[in-house]
Amino acid sequence: MKEYIKKYVMLRKHNASVAWKKAKRSKMCYAFLAPYAILFGLFVILPVISSIFFSFTYYNILESPRFIGLDNYISLLLEDDIFLIGIKNTLMIAVITGPLGYIMSFLFAWLINELPRWVRSVAVVVFYAPSIAGNCYVIFSVFFRGDAYGYVNAFLMELGIIDAPVLWFINPDYMLPICMLVILWMSLGTGFLSFVAGLQGVDRAQFEAGYMDGIKNRWQELWYITLPNMKPMLMFGAVMSITQAFGVCDVTMALCGYPSTDYAARTVVTHLFDYGYSRFEMGYASAIATILFLVMILCNKAIQSLLRRLGS
Amino acid sequence: MVTKMSKKRKEVEIKTHKRLIKRRKPNRSVWGDIFLYLYLLFVAGVMVFPIVYAVSSALKPLDELFMFPPKIFPQNPTLDNFSDLFVTMGKSWVTFSRYLFNTVFITAVGTAGHLIIASMAAFVLAKYDFPGGKTFFRLVTVAMMFSGYVTAIPNYLIINAFGWIDSYWAIIIPAFASPMGLFLMKQFMEGLPTSLIEAAKIDGASEWKVFASIVMPNVKPAWMTLIIFSVQALWNNKAATFIYSEERKTLVYALQQIQSGGIARTGQGAAVLVVVMIVPILIFVFSESQILETMASSGLKD
Repeated sequence: MKEYIKKYVMLRKHNASVAWKKAKRSKMCYAFLAPYAILFGLFVILPVISSIFFSFTYYNILESPRFIGLDNYISLLLEDDIFLIGIKNTLMIAVITGPLGYIMSFLFAWLINELPRWVRSVAVVVFYAPSIAGNCYVIFSVFFRGDAYGYVNAFLMELGIIDAPVLWFINPDYMLPICMLVILWMSLGTGFLSFVAGLQGVDRAQFEAGYMDGIKNRWQELWYITLPNMKPMLMFGAVMSITQAFGVCDVTMALCGYPSTDYAARTVVTHLFDYGYSRFEMGYASAIATILFLVMILCNKAIQSLLRRLGS
Repeated sequence: MVTKMSKKRKEVEIKTHKRLIKRRKPNRSVWGDIFLYLYLLFVAGVMVFPIVYAVSSALKPLDELFMFPPKIFPQNPTLDNFSDLFVTMGKSWVTFSRYLFNTVFITAVGTAGHLIIASMAAFVLAKYDFPGGKTFFRLVTVAMMFSGYVTAIPNYLIINAFGWIDSYWAIIIPAFASPMGLFLMKQFMEGLPTSLIEAAKIDGASEWKVFASIVMPNVKPAWMTLIIFSVQALWNNKAATFIYSEERKTLVYALQQIQSGGIARTGQGAAVLVVVMIVPILIFVFSESQILETMASSGLKD
């Protein structure tokens, strides 16, 4: 047993010295990496670590942080009803708009790929534009205005489906569905671009080979040739859509107000802003951020291991 | 006899196969194509409608804005809303040009710095094998998996510790370290032939020289992509939590203040939407092919 440990330590030492020699020889690599690495450490890694640290403290910026153990988490999960509403809303938005937006991104990228070249580049702009159009989504508040002059209300009353105008952004029953609609409208983002580009890169010879092997229609082609080829892009797109789906707050805050009626449109991020920037309870806000962080990472890992199995 | 027949049939079959393969898309039915075009046309209409509506509202005179039933296109298009917008902006004690300068400064410096710093890091991560490199890149891909909101609060504390609150640097410096740009640049640089770099080295070029005059000119498509993602993020940055002084606020912030001015400013509000969205969309239109070229290498490998 001792022998083994000795050998193991020796091996480790050897590896470390080899790595050290390599590192010494590649000083220039570190010099190139340093500016980015320092900033990345300062503004990405350090915040995550300090957020985990602050989540165990009571901290209001004025006084120095006081260690209070798991109290923040306990009151978040057991006492804070509004946080539970936020979690429920965020999960609902993520579970519905995440996968739907992802499928839409792929579906439209795939369909657009069938178009001739110049039509394709116009179509890409049309489909991608909503996600980069700034805060253009506030135009939906005109469509869904609460009085009888709102277009959707007027249209539905004309058809006799409703007889009084619906307060779309004040009635809790309608808030979330409409926000989801708007989020879906904006969901063809970076992942979509990645799909479009990836589809153009699939080797044409493979389709011809597939045809010789008896692939009859576009659905079979999609399943047996296109999807397996697109695996890396599918992974990338999944990361993008999960990140987006859990970070929802701009749309709900702009359309339903902040705070919204009965907190019906509250999401985890809105709650985070409420405690961080309005009440300056940084410890509590950090606990919210930590939970969100863990959920996002876990979800990403789960989806990735699922996608890895695709086509194998 | 029979074998002869079947041989002949096979020949014919092979011929038709070959003819079919010569068509660009062997597995497509005509009806499928027609249906596809109609469907895409419909969806594209739905996608583009809110944007078209925003643009046309910005061009409508006041009486048409409140017309019922509404018309999608303006009858007497005018640019009044835009000139009104300038008048309103002119009334505030911080001038329009100042807001514009703030946004342009933040966007330009943030994007340029991000491009240089991220490209330098991407270059060594893509082309050299050194201890810690792979681990660092894995960290960057993990960082793409959570949105910036998670780090918003501690970021505020860190920027506060540097004394950058209420200055442009509070927005600019963190933008340098965006993980997305590094990721895309590194993936794209991996496609660059290593022989190119080795040849330059044999000719006696230093690493910096290789980077600046061999690698960077060859990854121009990736530049455009980094630029558009960075501009998009910075142009739309309201910076409301980091900058308090009115004279350092961004254009988007000022414009959205006008937008929230109630029903009398409906027309100006629509003009604001157009001003805000036009820049990122135009940049995308002009650099689409280069961006797609970059995104082709964006895949996440295991």
